[in-house]
Amino acid sequence: MSIDVRFNIQRGDFNLVVDTVIPNRGVTAIFGPSGSGKTTLLRAISGLEQCEDGYLKVGETVWQDNSWFVPTYKRKIGYVFQEPSLFTHLNVQNNINYGMTRAKCRNSVSKLPHTIELLQISHLLQRMPWQLSGGEQQRVAIARALAADPTMLLLDEPLAALGDEQKAAILPFLESVYKTLAIPVLYVSHSREEVACLADHLLLLDHGRLHAAGTVKDIFTDIDLPLAHQTGAESIIEATVAGYNTHFGLVQLEFSGGTFSVASASLPAHSNVRIQVLARDVSITLERQKNTSILNIIAVTIDRIEPETNAQMILRLVTGNTVLLSRISCKSAYDLDLKKGDKVYAQIKSASLLI
Amino acid sequence: MILSDQNFTALFVTLKLASISTIVLLILGTPLAWWLARSQWRFKYIIEAIIALPLILPPTVLGFYLLISLGPNGPLGGLLKMLGAAPLAFTFTGLVIGSVFYSMPFVVQPLQTAFSGIGQRPLEVAATLGASRLDRFVTIVLPMARPGFITASVLGFAHTLGEFGVVLMIGGNIPGTTQVVSIAIYDHVEALEYSQAHGLAGTLLILSFMLLMIVYGANRRYAVGQP
Repeated sequence: MSIDVRFNIQRGDFNLVVDTVIPNRGVTAIFGPSGSGKTTLLRAISGLEQCEDGYLKVGETVWQDNSWFVPTYKRKIGYVFQEPSLFTHLNVQNNINYGMTRAKCRNSVSKLPHTIELLQISHLLQRMPWQLSGGEQQRVAIARALAADPTMLLLDEPLAALGDEQKAAILPFLESVYKTLAIPVLYVSHSREEVACLADHLLLLDHGRLHAAGTVKDIFTDIDLPLAHQTGAESIIEATVAGYNTHFGLVQLEFSGGTFSVASASLPAHSNVRIQVLARDVSITLERQKNTSILNIIAVTIDRIEPETNAQMILRLVTGNTVLLSRISCKSAYDLDLKKGDKVYAQIKSASLLI
Repeated sequence: MILSDQNFTALFVTLKLASISTIVLLILGTPLAWWLARSQWRFKYIIEAIIALPLILPPTVLGFYLLISLGPNGPLGGLLKMLGAAPLAFTFTGLVIGSVFYSMPFVVQPLQTAFSGIGQRPLEVAATLGASRLDRFVTIVLPMARPGFITASVLGFAHTLGEFGVVLMIGGNIPGTTQVVSIAIYDHVEALEYSQAHGLAGTLLILSFMLLMIVYGANRRYAVGQP
C-alpha cells in the first residue's frame, strides 16, 4: 500500500513537477522554502487544486488520471488549513459534527470522545469559533478533520498562523494525534524543527521540483542535499530507553551502534525516543578520552568529508545503522589528518542532546 | 383617518406586488449573484452593468421599453400571442415583470457582496469534510450570507413599494388590478382629495418604517457578538 503521486501543474510562471511514491503509513513532511510548491502539492492531492496532467493513486483506488477525477468531497480526506477556518456560523460541536455526519461512519462516532479528549477541547464544545484563541481553534479544526474518519490526513502548516507559545502548546497534541493514527499523514512545513520532531518521511521541494524523498534521518544527513549544510544541521537517531542511572538522574538510550546517556529521568522504560544531535555539538578525537566531562563517546567510521567554507567542514560519521554529522574546523581536520574510512571517536555532551 | 375601499384595494395590490416581486427576485437573483460572485469570465462586467442600469435609468425609460416589448406587437407580447396567451401590458403579471427588472440591482448587489465576502475557504473546508456542491451551498453559503439575504429582501421589497414610473407606463391605473398606492396617492392629489392622500401616504410611511425597523432590529440581534 502506498500513494502514487504524479503531477505537472502550471500556474502562471510557476511550474510544479512531482513524481514520487509516498508511504501509506506514518508522517510524511512536505518540506521546503516558501514558494516551493508545498501547498500546491497538498491541494492537488486533496483535489482542491485541479490540474489536467496528473495521476494519483491511493492504495488500490485511483483518485485522478487523464480521464478520471474524484471530487474532493468524495475523497475521504481530513484537511487542516494554515489558518483555523472554522465555520463561523456553527458552534464547536456542530463544526465537528459537520464532517462526521457526512462520513456516515459509526466508527468515527465511537472514536470522537477519544479525539476530543486527546485534543483537550471538551470544555469548548458549546462555544462559537470567535470565542476561542487561535490555538484552540486549530485544535478544533484538527478534531473536525479527524472526526470525519478520513483515510488520509493532510495538514498545511497548521502551526504557521500561531505564536511561538501557542505553537509549543499544540505540538504535543499533534505528536499524540500522529502516534494514535493508523492513516498516512501529509504535513506541509517550512520549519526544520517541526519536521525533526514529527515526521518519519520527507519530500524535499524547491522551486516546484522534488529534490529528494526518503526518511527524515537519511535526508537530514545526506551531504549532497542542502539540509546537511544549514546552520542547524543535525542527525536524527531513533533510540530505545534501555536503563536508568538513578543516582545521577541519567537515562541510557540504546541505538544501532551505541548508547547515549541523557539527563532526562522521566522517560518510561522501553519507550522509543527520537534524539536530535546538532552537527556543531559533535567533536572528534582520535583516541578515546579518559579525563573528560563528556559522557557520550562513540566509536565511528568517517564516511565522508565535505568542506563547507574556508574554515569549516562537515563530516558524515557511521556506526551501525546510525549516521552522525559533525561540523569541525578545517584546521582540526588538518591537524588530526582525518580521511575517509578512518576510525575515530565522536564526542557529544549529554546536555546538548535534544529529545 | 379612514381609508376608502379603493385605497384599501390599492394598498393590497401594492403589498401583493412587492411580496411576489421580492420572492421572484430572490429566486432569480440568488443564482445570478452567486454566478457573478464566483465567475472568472472576463466579460462579466457587461452583465453587471446591465443589472445596474435601473439604478441610473429614469423608471419611465425602463417602463417605456417594457411596455413596447410586452405589448401585443412587441417581441415578448408577440411571442405570447403566438402561444395563445394574452399580452402582459396592463396586467398584474406585467407589473411583476416590470418590478423584477426595476428592483433587480437592489437584490443582486447585496447578495453578490455577501457571497464574495464568504470567500473560497469555508467552501473548501466543507468539500474536504464530504459536502457536495449543493450541500455546501445550502449549509455554508446560505447561512453565512444571511445578513445579505435580509438586506436584499428589504431593499427589493421597499423599492417595489415606492415604484411609480414603471407601473404608470406598463400597468396603467386599473383599480383592483394594477393601481398601486403611489399612483392612487397621485390621483388623490390631482383631484385635491387631500384627506384621502394623507391616509394612504401616512399608512405607507408607517408600514415602511415598521418593516425596516423590524428587519434591522433582527439583523442587529443576529450580528451581536460577531467579531
